[in-house]
Amino acid sequence: MDVFLASIEILMRWDVILALLTGSVGGVLIGAIPGVGPAVAIAILLPATFSLDPIVGLTVLLGIYGSSMYGGAIPAILINTPGTAVNALTTYDGFPMTSRGEARRALSLAYSASFFGGIFSVLCLIFFAPILARIAPMFGSREIFLAALLGIILVITAHRRQTLIAAALACFGIFINSIGLEAVKYTKRYTFDQAFLSSGINLIVVVLGLFALSQAFYLLQGDDEKTRITKLKGGLFQGLRELARHPRVATVSASFGVLMGMIPGVGEFTAQFLSYTYAQKSSKRPEDFGHGSSEGLIAAETSNNAVPAAAMVPLLALGIPGEALTAMMLSVFYVHNVVPGPQLFQNDMPFVVALYLALLLLNVLVLVFLLFATNHLIRVVKLPNRFLGVCILTLSFVGVYSLRNSVTDCIIAAVFGLIGFVLKRLSLPSVPIILGMVLGGIMEVKLRAGMARVKSPLDFIDRPIAFILFVMILGVLALHFRRVWLDHKELREEKWAIKHASTRFGAHLSRRRNFLLTERGKQVRARRSMLSRPSTDKN
Amino acid sequence: MSTPEQRRFIGRISGQIIFALGFLAFSAVLLSQIGQETKWVKKTAFFAQPRFWPAIGLGGMVLFGGLHLWRLPRRRPQRTDLNEARIWAQPLEYALWFIAYVLLVPRLGYLPVTMGFVPLMLWRMGYRRAPILWAGVGFGVVVVVLFKAVLQVKIPGAAVYEYLPGGLRSFFILNF
Repeated sequence: MDVFLASIEILMRWDVILALLTGSVGGVLIGAIPGVGPAVAIAILLPATFSLDPIVGLTVLLGIYGSSMYGGAIPAILINTPGTAVNALTTYDGFPMTSRGEARRALSLAYSASFFGGIFSVLCLIFFAPILARIAPMFGSREIFLAALLGIILVITAHRRQTLIAAALACFGIFINSIGLEAVKYTKRYTFDQAFLSSGINLIVVVLGLFALSQAFYLLQGDDEKTRITKLKGGLFQGLRELARHPRVATVSASFGVLMGMIPGVGEFTAQFLSYTYAQKSSKRPEDFGHGSSEGLIAAETSNNAVPAAAMVPLLALGIPGEALTAMMLSVFYVHNVVPGPQLFQNDMPFVVALYLALLLLNVLVLVFLLFATNHLIRVVKLPNRFLGVCILTLSFVGVYSLRNSVTDCIIAAVFGLIGFVLKRLSLPSVPIILGMVLGGIMEVKLRAGMARVKSPLDFIDRPIAFILFVMILGVLALHFRRVWLDHKELREEKWAIKHASTRFGAHLSRRRNFLLTERGKQVRARRSMLSRPSTDKN
Repeated sequence: MSTPEQRRFIGRISGQIIFALGFLAFSAVLLSQIGQETKWVKKTAFFAQPRFWPAIGLGGMVLFGGLHLWRLPRRRPQRTDLNEARIWAQPLEYALWFIAYVLLVPRLGYLPVTMGFVPLMLWRMGYRRAPILWAGVGFGVVVVVLFKAVLQVKIPGAAVYEYLPGGLRSFFILNF
């Protein structure tokens, strides 16, 4: 109870309330503009929050993170373009509802489902916070190293059919993090005797380049799209009543969101996929899915909004971010010398609970804002792409230059912007680079500390949690290789369907050899030589 | 006609070979420099060696980058790959605009440069109507006031502000 009161006291500060309002309204606006997204906004605002109190800065960023998905549903439903990447599934059932003239019903249902997902996950986390506080201190250096390794493996394996390049890019992130003066032996690594590389490459510079500048370049390089918006008719409160008619779908989807959010590297997409599949399989009208099903919309929106609060668990309890947005938030902690991890739960529990309560309040604020401001808000959907590109380019300057007032940082960010642009064009993931940088740094420190206390490699996993994490790593790898094998089999079958011979090169060579060596082959060759025209050459 | 591998591939195929070759070459060149650019410290455990993590990173880049190249559905460069590479060069212009903006701010001031940069960039992007250009100017003013005057982010006062008279000089240095 004391912890709760202390956290209420933290939240009652005027600057925290202002941060909550700014974060929630700003997040909805950012989410509603297709092409911006929370990653761009958080990357730009990050340096600006460094001068604020940790709770204030984190509340703004959390506000943007938590509320952008509410806003992202607006263009997904109205113009079939997801505002944020995680709203892609919303278009499946949201836009068909708009085409039927039920845009307001779809929006209302999306807001209500998002609200339920958000509130459900925060309540779960507040309920589990004491248990987490008991488990978190059991994580020493070895366990945190293994958890970070598990996180990086999950991030890589989550990129199905792009695993190899995701692994290569994660290693690129690990390499970038190792550049500069190394902190233990004070030796230079890959500085090429350049002074600007001695202090290393800043995470925020890379984040701004890969997310903000690359997005600006992408928008500037493309064309403006013409959008037509349907007029909204009807009440926005009907969604809450409709949601109440599907409690099972909503609860299961929110639970998937919480579970998947807590696992590093998994996140919204897997939660949505599982929820949507469950809702479709358990529905009385599965044929409606993808054609404007209210259950489909509930599953998609509830699960993705349950993730942000859950994603804070590995960050706060272990100091391990599970995805790019929480990785950015980690730098806010570092700037203020607040070390997220087991000690935070032991020493500053009111801070943790205040963050969760802020998320709870945020969901209420966003719902109220959306119920009354949707009619005005839909105008931002129409902002032209290249205008947005210019705006992002201008805002990126604040983010990079205000860090150290360094032109070199801006040039490095521009280089990463170009790399991000190429990755975007080729549909290759840029998130593994960021997580490689963050988790690579954590793994380096924790492995060094952990290995100092072990005599043989097996001692590394002789503690229960370390052993469980090790088994989980093996399990994830085994599952991944199984899936790769199944994909390979599927591909071979597909090839067999269009080709009558074996698709293996070895088998092809073997068949050729057999043909050449068999008697029949010899006969055929002899017959063919008889048929060929006799030589007219004279010796 | 596309092959089953090409159909199952995520994203565009054009340009993949150039990216994969470039990435592998870049990684291999960096890995070849590991002896000169990192140190092996005596009497230090293997996992605590300064060379250990760069080796993990670069080794992984070469290994997985090479495997990615090997598994590409098409490994023979075509004209479409070169066309894609030409598109990659287009944002270089915007990057140069950005660097020019960065270089001008400490000399001419955050507010004047932003008020000029946004409409100029909008003009370059093909917007010619006065309302949208004025909206750009307005956006520039809002950004500067919000970040510099309200949030007090660290952007130094311009060299040109030194020529302003007393009180105005410090007001401009602090807020714009």
